[in-house]
Amino acid sequence: MATKLRARTHRRISPTSESRLVQWILIGIAFVFMAIILLMPLYAVFHEALAKGLNTFFAALVEKDAQAAIRLTLLVAAIAVPLNVVFGLAASWAIAKFEFKGKAFLITLIDLPFSVSPVISGLVYVLLFGAGSFLGPFLKSYGIEVLFALPGIVLATIFVTFPFVARELIPLMQDQGTGDEEAALSLGANGWQTFWRVTLPNIKWGLLYGVLLCNARAMGEFGAVAVVSGKIRGQTTTMPLQVEMLYNEYNATAAFALASLLALLALVTLVLKSALEWRYGDEIAASGK
Amino acid sequence: MEVRVANVRKEFDRFPALHDVSLDIRSGELIALLGPSGSGKTTLLRLIAGLEMPTAGKIFFGDTDASEKTVQERNIGFVFQHYALFRHMTILENVSFGLKVRPRSSRPPAGEIRRRAMELLDLVQLSGLEKRYPNQLSGGQRQRVALARALAIEPAVLLLDEPFGALDAQVRRELRKWLREIHDRTGHTTVFVTHDQEEALELSDRLCVMSQGKIEQVGTPDTVYDHPSSPFVFGFIGESSELPVTVENNELWIGGRAIGVPAGDTPTGQSRLFFRPHDVDLVEGDAALAGVVTTSRRVGGTRRVELEIGGDGHRVEIDLPFDHPAGEKSRIAFRPRRWTLFPA
Amino acid sequence: MSAAVSPAPRKGLSFRQPSVIPGFGLTLGFTISYFSLIILIPLIALAIRSAGLGPEGFWKAATDARVLGALRVSFVTALIAAGINVVFGTLIAWVLVRYRFPGRRIFDAIIDLPFALPTAVAGIALTAIYAPSGAIGAIFAPIGWRIAYTPVGIVIAMIFIGLPFVVRTIQPILEEVSNEVEEASATLGASRFQTITKVILPSLTPAILTGFALAFARGVGEYGSIIFIAGNIPFVSEIAPLLIYIRLQEFNYVGASVIATVMLLISFAMLFAINLIQAWSRRRYGYGH
Repeated sequence: MATKLRARTHRRISPTSESRLVQWILIGIAFVFMAIILLMPLYAVFHEALAKGLNTFFAALVEKDAQAAIRLTLLVAAIAVPLNVVFGLAASWAIAKFEFKGKAFLITLIDLPFSVSPVISGLVYVLLFGAGSFLGPFLKSYGIEVLFALPGIVLATIFVTFPFVARELIPLMQDQGTGDEEAALSLGANGWQTFWRVTLPNIKWGLLYGVLLCNARAMGEFGAVAVVSGKIRGQTTTMPLQVEMLYNEYNATAAFALASLLALLALVTLVLKSALEWRYGDEIAASGK
Repeated sequence: MEVRVANVRKEFDRFPALHDVSLDIRSGELIALLGPSGSGKTTLLRLIAGLEMPTAGKIFFGDTDASEKTVQERNIGFVFQHYALFRHMTILENVSFGLKVRPRSSRPPAGEIRRRAMELLDLVQLSGLEKRYPNQLSGGQRQRVALARALAIEPAVLLLDEPFGALDAQVRRELRKWLREIHDRTGHTTVFVTHDQEEALELSDRLCVMSQGKIEQVGTPDTVYDHPSSPFVFGFIGESSELPVTVENNELWIGGRAIGVPAGDTPTGQSRLFFRPHDVDLVEGDAALAGVVTTSRRVGGTRRVELEIGGDGHRVEIDLPFDHPAGEKSRIAFRPRRWTLFPA
Repeated sequence: MSAAVSPAPRKGLSFRQPSVIPGFGLTLGFTISYFSLIILIPLIALAIRSAGLGPEGFWKAATDARVLGALRVSFVTALIAAGINVVFGTLIAWVLVRYRFPGRRIFDAIIDLPFALPTAVAGIALTAIYAPSGAIGAIFAPIGWRIAYTPVGIVIAMIFIGLPFVVRTIQPILEEVSNEVEEASATLGASRFQTITKVILPSLTPAILTGFALAFARGVGEYGSIIFIAGNIPFVSEIAPLLIYIRLQEFNYVGASVIATVMLLISFAMLFAINLIQAWSRRRYGYGH
């Protein structure tokens, strides 16, 4: 009887997999870890935001400073993201379509901001434009405020979101090679026509993917912006900064209400990102991200 | 070790890959499983290995029923098409892996493992490369490492799945000869899968031709080539030409004309004539196959000519000396030297 | 455009291979200028500000007790968090790549949540959960274990933000491990456990090391998700990025620069190590082909 049972199990298990029981145990452990580490915080945001009812929730969102923070966040993203898109397109064109010395090094440099702490990303602009610097007082004499104003926030945001579009497009365009462009040029198209009609359609989903990630980070950036913003209520506080201020003032419900908007943005980003991966997986480079 | 496959059936998600296959593999022989892709040859090999389990039927190693044993317990050596070497291990570590993973009770001492691995590397002519990583070897060298690794566990049966499939033609021919030599020296019962008929004909003691999940014919290369048992085997092994014929008065007829080929004991009625393009005699006179040349091209030392026979547009190919003046539209009469008739 | 149309090789650009595709000068020029303005010049400003102290002054500032304490807290907690992430991240990657179960794709998509969720939002959400009154904090509070406002809280926040780095680094490599290698191991008599520990995991080692380094680097630099949960007690739960922020608030720009420089040097060393690991594994094992 025992040998018969043993033989049965042998029949079912493929030599390159585990028994269903082991599989479910591992899936269970993975799921529990993921749920505690990732799902619970997400749930907590919405739970806390709605803890005192919908009225309090909406009141917190229409409040004057909250509105100003939302507007500022959208404005910063609307400046920083397109700039990084232009950079991403230029960098990936230069790197993917040409062979030149120092290319690998340039690719490494583009990833550099990922290994810089956000606080340092903000700090460098404080050093560049703050008191005791050369540039700060010079610009100030022309009435241009960089620190504790919009330009500083935008600069810090560009710094931290710098690699997103480029690192998405570079492997994708390298994969696609130069055949399409050479074909278009041989058919008489000029450089711009080739870019708009051949290259861009080839990379549009990858570009959208990069923009999505870039935008999520731009709207959510905290550390770098905290350093350069000065946190002037209603003027230089972005949504994440407003969340912090409300939280530190023990106004947790309002903080979580505003945070829930950002969490919603994260969810939308994830959904769109996954949809892009599932539908256009081949047209988005395998960048390991 | 002889291997007996008894009435094995294998289904993948209800899709039958093998129907009721039986095959006796003799101890010490080198047998080829030959067939087009999808014929079930790899599935049969994997069933013998224990990498797949049969839906029905049994597999015996000698007198023991191996169907109840896992792949680990079967003690087989398996060589994969894409080598499947462990990339993070040196060549020596790859070859000794099978001995090192044995339970302590049956594991040879470390020095002995090393000695055996080096011996095998010597056998496959890779001495001196034991410290390299697979990535640093050529395809042919990798496949030899894979073979040494499989031989290290002193397998009861050696199984090779398209072992030369990923190599280029030159290396392929070399390794083919070399595998034969190794087999003659070590005497392992060896089963190898291939879709290359030339490889199978040259290398094997016997071949097993498969098609659509069934065994079509098992026999020595000469038997299978000279006496194919089915139209499929005739067409798959070597070049072939086919014509529909009528049998009457113990003779073959095409389009109302006798072609001078006796029908033997084939019953009267419709039939299919098969012959090899190179196995024909050009004849002058009446009783022959006659056709009009549609294309004629030189292939190395011969001239391959396509003829249209009769008014129904049937075409056959025959080989002529390369300097034969056959041009398009010219008329050629021939008779097959050897042929086979299959029922229509 | 005229230069682009003429295929004649230009001598001045001999460092690149000739190509018929136009726009090399424009795109590479823009890429390098933009990179210099946004990333390079600000980082140089930081280096100059630190260098202004001279080697002795720099050493004194860098080895200040509170600075060393903050660096120790950051690095120790990041090491622990990266270690935990390697274990569970490998498990999650394994489950996601190898097993089929309902909800797998959603599970897979959620792994990227920390990339998308703003750090400040994660910070207040984690604090809400792990505070003594929170869902998990309340479980441990009666037995006297505090998670929030202690270094344990820092580790939790670092696990949150580091997890996707580990999973997303291992996943593609695990997908690449061919089924045949596992079958080969089985035919040679290795048990499933031996196949996993001796064949699969060692071939993942470069990816696991890279994932560890990425998660560690991210943890060390992280600010937003940590400051809410950390408690921020000097020498105990004050992280280095926070100390930079504090120094800035005190207008001690030099002090901030010194800490930032030390952190950057270590980050770049990590980045260098990651590149070495990858180059080494490519050379030896031929991954990435």
